[in-house]
Amino acid sequence: MSQVAQDIRYTKSHEWARLLPDGTVEIGISDHAQGALGDLVFVETPDVGRAVATGEACAVVESVKAASDVYSPISGTVVAVNAELATTPELINQDCYGRGWMMRVQPKSASEVEAMLDAAAYAAVLAAEGG
Amino acid sequence: MPFIPHTPTDIDEMLKVIGVANVDDLFDEIPAALRVSGLPGIPEGLNEMQIGRLMSERARQDGRPLSFLGAGAYEHHIPSAVWAITTRGEFYSAYTPYQAEASQGTLQLIYEYQTMMASLTGMQVSNASLYDGGSAVAEAALMAARAHRRSKSLRVLVPQALHPNYRKVAISTAGNQGMRFEEIAYQRESGQMDLAALKPFEGQDITALVIQQPNFFGVLEDVDALTDWAHSQGAFVIAVVNPTSLAILKPPGEWGTKGADIVVGDGQPLGVPLSSGGPYFGFMTTRMDYVRSMPGRIVGRTVDLDGKQGFTLTLQAREQHIRRGKATSNICTNQGLLMTAATIYLSLMGPVGLARVAEASHQRAQELVAALTRVKGVRLAFGGPRFHEAVLQFDRPVGPILRELEAQGLQGGLDLAEFHPELGPALLVCATETKTAADIERYALALGEAVRNARAA
Repeated sequence: MSQVAQDIRYTKSHEWARLLPDGTVEIGISDHAQGALGDLVFVETPDVGRAVATGEACAVVESVKAASDVYSPISGTVVAVNAELATTPELINQDCYGRGWMMRVQPKSASEVEAMLDAAAYAAVLAAEGG
Repeated sequence: MPFIPHTPTDIDEMLKVIGVANVDDLFDEIPAALRVSGLPGIPEGLNEMQIGRLMSERARQDGRPLSFLGAGAYEHHIPSAVWAITTRGEFYSAYTPYQAEASQGTLQLIYEYQTMMASLTGMQVSNASLYDGGSAVAEAALMAARAHRRSKSLRVLVPQALHPNYRKVAISTAGNQGMRFEEIAYQRESGQMDLAALKPFEGQDITALVIQQPNFFGVLEDVDALTDWAHSQGAFVIAVVNPTSLAILKPPGEWGTKGADIVVGDGQPLGVPLSSGGPYFGFMTTRMDYVRSMPGRIVGRTVDLDGKQGFTLTLQAREQHIRRGKATSNICTNQGLLMTAATIYLSLMGPVGLARVAEASHQRAQELVAALTRVKGVRLAFGGPRFHEAVLQFDRPVGPILRELEAQGLQGGLDLAEFHPELGPALLVCATETKTAADIERYALALGEAVRNARAA
């Protein structure tokens, strides 16, 4: 059973978003996503300064068996990426909601995060998928 | 397993099962306007007997001239063992196998090939080969655009003295993907890329600079200065090299302060016969930093559960059978058989043997230039250092002279009228280790006569 962190928001495509005190939004992939991918070997993060739109493919996670796009859950500008992932992509496998964060985005509007799935709704999505 | 094509009965049964009237209906999602009915200019198929006869006739038309033609494809001695081994049943396939790991021998051979190419070019990783030199240049440009994250311009600077076919292939392949190729003139005295012609591009966003060593004229570029210029401008360096020459020239990995970023070229000189122009194979090597942006297959060495050495396809997640439309490249194959021949050629020659081929070719070419420029009305076009080719300028059109040589069983070189009209009547000549002093003497005598005849006419 995949772990679903309670204090953050999710997408149906298995990204999560966390509104930070400074107003930026931290983004990563869910425990379900990392489990489905398996051992990650490479993470491609976007350039800092890039403008991303909701639903736009902006990062790639590559495991021993597959490579998947990561879609931005919100619109905004990338202000930071997790540089540690370049050498230790397994942080996503080990701690997907913490040290395995992928990027921070300055949102166009904070309300977009509010509109995302909460933990209960995301758990329901996983249950419907049989996960 | 034998390959048995479907019979008309099989096809009817399959269509019935899926409820489709005929095979054409399977393609009905392609708009009618985009479909081609028939291929004009392409004749009907021929049977084996007919095609065998036709090809023998064509081969006879080629004749067996004493050839001083290079221009991208080079006549080198190929030890008999190369193709005797390459055509063994264990190797005799054009493809990397689909169930690749079942063929450990094939994978080990590709791994050895990659190791040799990486070492020859001074780079860290190699793919399992590409189609040919031209497509390798195109793929290198596309790769530079993917790998170079700070450059957004898709602008690539190419020397005017880049092989014209490579430029054409690069433009037709990568041009439609938004890449722009801009030409950098050469110096008329040396034949080398003109550093002054690069000046106007300083401070601009340039994705990559292509450097061909030796260039199309056979002239050696000042690769260190060009590489450092490109890196000072934040551009990648794509090296296009002749693999034989690398046995005696500085490998691209050591060009300038930082070395080239991507190295490509045509592998034909490594054991592949001229064969009227192909098939040849392309090679590509790069730094480990950019391996995920490199097209083509890559074989890696690993250990199995018992700790024994094994070989495996690696980094497949960037290929199209996994990443679909977002794959690094649509090139997920290689020129298996030609690459096999090259691997065997390289292992038979060894570093010392390859260097002897390169040195002998250079020496023969120097002798050729000396002999031909003694002919009145023939002079050397460029003063820059050379490998095994040179451009000669004439005071009469080259075409008729070449035809007269041809009548005497001599292929004198490439008439540059079509490619570099600015040079006036000019001929690109080449000599490799296959040419003897007597061959060169014969060419010089025949050329002297042909030029005298042309002047008298």
